[in-house]
Amino acid sequence: MHFVVCVKQVPDTTEVRVDPVTKTLVREGVPSIINPYDAHAVEEAVRLKERYGGKVTAISMGPPQAEEVLRRALAIGADRAILLTDRTFAGSDTLATSYILAQAIRRLDREEPVTLVLCGKQAIDGDTGQVGPGIATRLGFTPLTYVLAVEEIDIEAGEIKVQRKLEDARQVVCGKLPALLTVVKEINELRYAALPDLVRAARTRPERWTAADLEVDPGRTGLKGSPTSVRRIFAPPQRPGGEMIPGGTEDPARAASLLVDKLLKTKLIADL
Amino acid sequence: MLKFEVVIVGAGPAGLAAAYTLAKAGVEVAVFERGDHPGAKNLMGGVLYRQPTEEVLPGFYREAPLERPVVEQRLWILTEDDALTLGYRSRAFAGEPYNAFTVFRSRFDRWFGQKVVEAGALLITETVVEDLLWENGRVVGVRTGRPQGDVRAEAVILAEGVNSLLTQKAGLKKGGLQTHELAVAVKEVLALPKEKIEDRFGLEEGQGCTIELLGEATLGMMGVGFIYTNKDTLSVGVGVLLSHLVRRRLNPNDVLEHLKNHPSVRKFLAGAQPKEYLAHLIPEGGFRSIPKLYGPGLLVAGDAAMLVNGIHREGSNLALISGKLAAETLLEVRTRGGYHEKNLSRYREKLEKSFVLQDLRKYQNTSLFFNENPQFFTLYPRLLSLAAREFLTVDSVPKREKQRKIWQIITSHRSRWKLAQDLFRLWRVLG
Repeated sequence: MHFVVCVKQVPDTTEVRVDPVTKTLVREGVPSIINPYDAHAVEEAVRLKERYGGKVTAISMGPPQAEEVLRRALAIGADRAILLTDRTFAGSDTLATSYILAQAIRRLDREEPVTLVLCGKQAIDGDTGQVGPGIATRLGFTPLTYVLAVEEIDIEAGEIKVQRKLEDARQVVCGKLPALLTVVKEINELRYAALPDLVRAARTRPERWTAADLEVDPGRTGLKGSPTSVRRIFAPPQRPGGEMIPGGTEDPARAASLLVDKLLKTKLIADL
Repeated sequence: MLKFEVVIVGAGPAGLAAAYTLAKAGVEVAVFERGDHPGAKNLMGGVLYRQPTEEVLPGFYREAPLERPVVEQRLWILTEDDALTLGYRSRAFAGEPYNAFTVFRSRFDRWFGQKVVEAGALLITETVVEDLLWENGRVVGVRTGRPQGDVRAEAVILAEGVNSLLTQKAGLKKGGLQTHELAVAVKEVLALPKEKIEDRFGLEEGQGCTIELLGEATLGMMGVGFIYTNKDTLSVGVGVLLSHLVRRRLNPNDVLEHLKNHPSVRKFLAGAQPKEYLAHLIPEGGFRSIPKLYGPGLLVAGDAAMLVNGIHREGSNLALISGKLAAETLLEVRTRGGYHEKNLSRYREKLEKSFVLQDLRKYQNTSLFFNENPQFFTLYPRLLSLAAREFLTVDSVPKREKQRKIWQIITSHRSRWKLAQDLFRLWRVLG
C-alpha cells in the first residue's frame, strides 16, 4: 500500500500577528511548526504502514524552509519526503494549493499507485479545511473528513472503513479506495520517535519538485490561480464578562437572595 | 548503535561553539539538545559581546538576529526613594566593530544552530541525554531518553548548562550544587513601541543601552537588577543569590515586582505590555565552584563548568570561548594519542591561559566576600544616596560644613575603622 501524507508548515500560533494593511498573517520572524493535525496524519499513515505494510510518502508545498516539517514527518517514520517548491507557487490559495498537491499525487500515483492520502482536518493558520477535500475532488478519490479512527482497509474489496467525528456522535463509514482522509487529533497519539529515525531525518534532504516537475498549468497556481481575496480580518468582539455576586461565604443567604432578584429581573426565572 | 566521533550535550553557546569548531575541522559531531530548538531553554536577556563571539563566528553581526548595539551602560544604585546613577556612553560603540548587542538568545541560538548544521554537525533537538556510557573506566558515549537511544562517541563534551546533572553524575562536581553558588534570575519581556524606547532612554534610532541596578533593586540581597533595551521590547529582571532568597524567604517574582515599582524605574516601563516571563539559574560560585573540567573522554564547558563572571555580567562569552577551547583541545589530541584524560588536561591549561580562568581566578573571593559582607548591598547604597542628597541640596549651608555633615552621617552608620576595612577588603577582592 502507498500512503501519501500532505503536511503544511504553519506559524507557531502563540506568536501570530496580522498585518494591518494586507490583513494577512505576518510570517516573517515567526517560528514555524508542522501543522499539528498533519503530524497526526503522518502518525496514522506510519501506523497503517506498520499494520498493512507498504510505504509512506510525505509531501509539502512551501518555501525551502518547509523542509523542516518534512524532516519531522521523516522522524515520525515516513519513508520519503518531497518538497513542492517554486516561486510561482507563492500566494496560492486553497484552490491553487489543492491543484498543485493533486498534480504531485498524480505523479506519485504513476510511480507507485496511491492507496490512501492523509491530511490534517485543517491548518491552524488558515483554518479553512478546504485543501484536503479539494485534492480528493480533483483526483476522484473518496473524501472522508474528520476521521477519528481507521477501522479497516480491505484491499481485496477495495474498501476502507473509518469512524468520523460528528458534533455529538461517531459515524462509521465505508468508502471505495483510493480515498483521502482528513484526520482529527484524537485519531492517535504521536510517538516519541526513536533516535535512529531522528538521526536519519536530520541527515535527509527532502527531494524538491518544481512547477516543471509537476506539469502544472501556470495560470492555475500562485496568485494568478487564486480567486480568494481577504476582504476584512478582525478579532471577534469580546463577550461581556459575567457578574460575580459577592459575599457567598460570609452571608450565603443574602448572596442567594441577591442572585434570585437578579434572575427575576432578567425573567430567566419567575416568581409564581 | 549510532556512532559519532564527538557527542556534545547541550546546544547553548558553549555546545554550539564546540560543535561549530569541530564540524568546520571535519569531525563527525552530534549535538543533543533537550529544548525544541537551540535557545528554547535559555533566559539570558541578554547582552552578547561582539569580540568573543567573533572568535567563533567571524562577522556574525552582519546576519545574526540581534536587537540593538549597546552604546551606553548605566549603573543605578537604588535606595527606597532615590537613585544614584552612573553611566558611560560612547559613539565608538554605535558602529563597527561594536562592543556588545542586546539579543534574545532563543533567536540567536537558533540561528547559531543553523550555522552549526551548515558546517556539517548533526543537531538533534527534543532529546534529553540521561546518562554517560562508560567502558573500562572511560566515557564511550551517551544514553538519550529516546527508544534505541544509545550513542557511541570517542569523546563527549558536556555543555549541559547550569543544572549540570551529568557533570555531577560523572563525579566531576563533588558535593553537587549549593545555594550559595547559584543565583536565580527572573525576567519579563515587556513590549513597547520602538520610538517610545528611544525617547525614554535617550537613544538614537536602533541604538540600545543597558541599566544595571543595585541596592534596593534586590532588596539588599546579593544580586543585580537589569533593564535592557531590545528592538521593540524591554528585558527587565533581577538576579539574586539563591541562598539569600532562601534566607529571606522571598519569592524572586516579588523582588522583580518591587523593582518594577521603584519610583525611578516605574516611568521607564509605564504602559509596556508583558509578553514573556522567564526564570533561570545562573552559576555564580565563581572560581571556587568550578568542577574538574575533564575526565577520560570527557570535557565540561560553559555554565556546566560554572564559567560565569558575575561581577562583570559575563557568561555567554566565557561559554563560547570554553566551547571553542574544548573543541580545539579535541582537535589537537585526536591525532596525538587520543582522548584519554592526560591529553584532555590540556583543556584546563588552555582555559588558564585565556581570560576565562584568569578573570575567574582574579575574582575568586568575591562571592564569599559579598556573602559575608551584606553591607555593600544594604548600608552603602543608603549612605551613598544620603551623601548625594546632602551634597546636592542647596540650602545656604557652607560647603565645608556640608562635607563635614556628610562625613558625620557616614561615620554614624559605620565606624572609620570599619569603613577603612571595608574599602581595603573590597579593593583586595576586586582590584
